[in-house]
Amino acid sequence: MSLTMATEAPYFELPGVDGRDHSLDDYVEIPVLAIVWSCNHCPYVQGWEARMKAIQRDYGDRGFRLVAISSNDAASHPADSFDEMKARAESQDFNFDYLYDEDQSVARRYGPERTPEVFLFDADRRLVYHGAIDDNRDEDAVGQHYLRDAIEALLEGREPPARETPPVGCTVKWKQ
Amino acid sequence: MTVEFLYWEGCPSYPEARELLEEVLRGRGVDVPIQVREVRTQEEARELGFPGSPTIRVDGRDVDPGGESEPPSLSCRIYHLPNGRVSPVPTREQIEEALR
Repeated sequence: MSLTMATEAPYFELPGVDGRDHSLDDYVEIPVLAIVWSCNHCPYVQGWEARMKAIQRDYGDRGFRLVAISSNDAASHPADSFDEMKARAESQDFNFDYLYDEDQSVARRYGPERTPEVFLFDADRRLVYHGAIDDNRDEDAVGQHYLRDAIEALLEGREPPARETPPVGCTVKWKQ
Repeated sequence: MTVEFLYWEGCPSYPEARELLEEVLRGRGVDVPIQVREVRTQEEARELGFPGSPTIRVDGRDVDPGGESEPPSLSCRIYHLPNGRVSPVPTREQIEEALR
């Protein structure tokens, strides 16, 4: 079951594709933090990756960070192994942290069902938005920019206009 | 002519792909029943050579031969678009080409 609105972000400490470990505490100075469940193999994720990079680029110097986490079982989906994650981050020139939740313990605490799926936290690390990045997998057909609108609102001291939207994407690949 | 539509319930793209397939068939005046098969297990995926959902075959030929060799898997299939982007559904052109 996913986190409910206003819940505090569960702690995590996970290895990143950059060779470092990253914990929730590393982002304590960041006012607006998006944790996005992601992976390599999913066409929905791949379709949204450029938008994830653009959001990090557009808001990174205004107090925002995007952190992607993959919890997928690499035994059933080898394209989602840690080595493949490192390769994809390099080939796609990711400008955000990409972390590997190999034992899926962090995913069990947050409760994502899809990739990509956004959990957006305010400066107190309370959940303020959960769901999709925007309303269309086709970048040219996007009408509602849920995540961008929520980030803008938080940075301006307002409530996000949407609190929950249905994430669209591949299922998280749980270990059997 | 045989038209097969294989899908896995866990990937949300199959209704859109099936609708597109039906639309293309109607548009070309092809009146054949679509053989729809739900792939439920990894074992079925292996038996059927199912490289991801959805998979469409015309007379046994995949509408995206380039993706046919992917390992059998219960996952969403990646279709590469001419503009360099990716999509979870094939393009109209891919389906039309397979029907020629």
